Amino acid sequence: MSPVAKKSINPLSPKERIKVPRQPMPEQPAEERNKSFTEVNLGYSPELARQEALRCLECAKPTCTDNCPVGVKVKEFVELIVAGDFLSAAAKIRENNVLPAVTGRVCPQEDHCEGKCLLSKKVKPLGIGYLERFVADYEQRMGTHVIPNVQPTGKKIAVVGSGPSGLTVAGDLIQKGHKVRVFEALHELGGVLVYGIPEFRLPKQIIREQLDYMREMGVEFETDVVVGRTVTIDELMHEEGYDAVYIGTGAGLPQFMGIPGEHLNGVYSANEFLTRINLMKAYKFPTYDEPMVELHGKDVAVIGGGNTALDAIRSALRLGARKAYVIYRRSDAEMPARAEEVHHARQEGIDFQMLTAPVEFLSDGKGWLTAARCVRMELGEPDSSGRRRPVPIKGSEFDLPLSVAVMAIGTTANPIVQSTTPGLGTDKRGYIQADPETQRTTRPGVFAGGDIVTGAATVILAMGAGRRAAGSIHDYLSTGQW
Amino acid sequence: MFKIIDAEFIAPGIKRFVLEAPRIARKQKPGQFVILRIYEEGERIPLTIENSDPDKGTISIVVQSAGKTTRLLNSLETGDHILDVVGPLGKPSEIEKFGTVVVIGGGVGTAMAYPSAAAFKRAGYRVITIVGGRNKELVILEQELRAVSDTVMITTDDGSYADKGFVTDKLRQLIENGVRIDLVLAVGPIPMMRAVAEMTRKENIRTVVSLNTIMIDGTGMCGGCRVLIDGKSEFACVDGPEFDAHKVNFEVLVQRNSMYREAEQRSLTDYERSMAAKAAPQEACAIAQGEKR
Repeated sequence: MSPVAKKSINPLSPKERIKVPRQPMPEQPAEERNKSFTEVNLGYSPELARQEALRCLECAKPTCTDNCPVGVKVKEFVELIVAGDFLSAAAKIRENNVLPAVTGRVCPQEDHCEGKCLLSKKVKPLGIGYLERFVADYEQRMGTHVIPNVQPTGKKIAVVGSGPSGLTVAGDLIQKGHKVRVFEALHELGGVLVYGIPEFRLPKQIIREQLDYMREMGVEFETDVVVGRTVTIDELMHEEGYDAVYIGTGAGLPQFMGIPGEHLNGVYSANEFLTRINLMKAYKFPTYDEPMVELHGKDVAVIGGGNTALDAIRSALRLGARKAYVIYRRSDAEMPARAEEVHHARQEGIDFQMLTAPVEFLSDGKGWLTAARCVRMELGEPDSSGRRRPVPIKGSEFDLPLSVAVMAIGTTANPIVQSTTPGLGTDKRGYIQADPETQRTTRPGVFAGGDIVTGAATVILAMGAGRRAAGSIHDYLSTGQW
Repeated sequence: MFKIIDAEFIAPGIKRFVLEAPRIARKQKPGQFVILRIYEEGERIPLTIENSDPDKGTISIVVQSAGKTTRLLNSLETGDHILDVVGPLGKPSEIEKFGTVVVIGGGVGTAMAYPSAAAFKRAGYRVITIVGGRNKELVILEQELRAVSDTVMITTDDGSYADKGFVTDKLRQLIENGVRIDLVLAVGPIPMMRAVAEMTRKENIRTVVSLNTIMIDGTGMCGGCRVLIDGKSEFACVDGPEFDAHKVNFEVLVQRNSMYREAEQRSLTDYERSMAAKAAPQEACAIAQGEKR
């Protein structure tokens, strides 16, 4: 790409571009996909992609890039799509984002690039996520990754956790010539991308391909290692010779509400429910050995309004649930889930019980869940999060018959690494303290980012932290200055 | 892949495995466990580590055939591999003060109690060990335990070896004889641990039990192993596996451990049928035809 400013190759005038409608994402019909785990969105064709790319206004100061946690050069890659050079478009994205096929699918674009797209002042924003996904998939289909040729630095970095944050660090640092080894506690790589996000939203094959690419670039992976238990951070640095460590262990422990009956059989945390399905393939029992409670013909509810909640309940629906409810204590406007997921869930027939919260789980007397006693809420004064506080409406209690309830109300910090790493500072909630610019922790040579620093957030924010960390790890290793 | 260095039955249906797992061997402390998965379609199950040898880079586990996974495991031999072994997980046993400890092992739980008994001995405790088994053959690790205990008492349910009765009979004797007990550690079937807890509660003797729950990741991520401790949810994998026996809600433990009973039974039946088919194809065929009739 020439550093000299060049004229746009887009044949349309800005006025004409605004008139081109946003190209809809082809998707499986709702009544078919709610019975299957195959991917909901089918992806753009090259024609649709080019048509959509023509809408870009090519702003002089692109706010899309400014609002991308990893700084993807949107204008440049979209222009390459207009030019029909899809592989160069993919390479352009990869300069800033090592997992484009993932973020193109699961990133909440409305909160980042698309939310600030100039087009959205008048019409719908540019489909940046859809375009990103298109070029990443195109590159994959062509099977032509560019393996960068770099000079080895002789430095070694240990990455703890193979989720989006750790993979970003690994992908960035390997391209700078460092040796990188990623440690994963589970038997499969990918972290939340494999145990959390279901197949219909992010096919596992996508992750495997991204991992293969990283292996080709030289990243080493070791599964079945719980850092803090199997090996400590200190041992990695002092005995195994790592020059720096990045901690990206994710958010961790599922929260429960502390209401009566949460220990009943049939009450799951979303993490367990999704892990049984995604990682352990429990829905293929008895071909796979890990069991789960039968969902076919059963009434299932998820408690919570985030992406995890929707992933869980849409999975339950696909596994044959008769009724599938989302129970959320606030209203639509406060739901933290990605807009597209809420839209898809409604299409598929999920029953949203808004402004509702369970107060007790009822049992059959033999330890199995039979219903959730719920109360309706109304919104009161704003709370510390700035959202209006839900207040129970007196006398509004009702019982919702249920066989399975899934708690998706958030997580707390997993303490394993913190409690086994002397001198590693944590905040009062137990998350690791890290500088928001450099991701440096209180321990020299140790960096951290993603949910273990911020608490539960999104894939792209974890990747953003990974990107910043990779930059400052490289600086640290190059200068030796802490 | 984790190689099986040695595998031998130490009692009917109870097999000891020595596994090549250098990272785990270096870090293992008494009371901790591993989670393993035998093959790609396998489930993840927790198993307490019996012992480790950091120099050789090996750990040992003792497995009792119960469901499909443990039976499959016990069909493996020296030289075979286990796909995934992760650990050591859980908090190590708290072994700090000195005094008299009664270590109680029931059935295969004896293998889990053994490393703790040895550690108590090393820490300077007076170790009284009570081992229980259904019959003579199921009393395991007697010699090993004698080597690390001041006293060993043995019971069998049927009286086929040592004294007929239950481990709690021996514990009651100790209490009635006025033996000063500072700590009791009980590892074994839930009814046994519960009976021990009830007995020591009245005497105000600090008692610790090691809980074996349903688990997936073993790092606190899934919450499937939650147990009610003093009315509050705790995770056996990161807050345990050892808990104050007097605070454990055993009823909820039994209930949650029974969650997949039907599925477990089905897995086991399918497994046994497939084993029978391998062993005697004609016989299995006859069984299958018999079922159709």
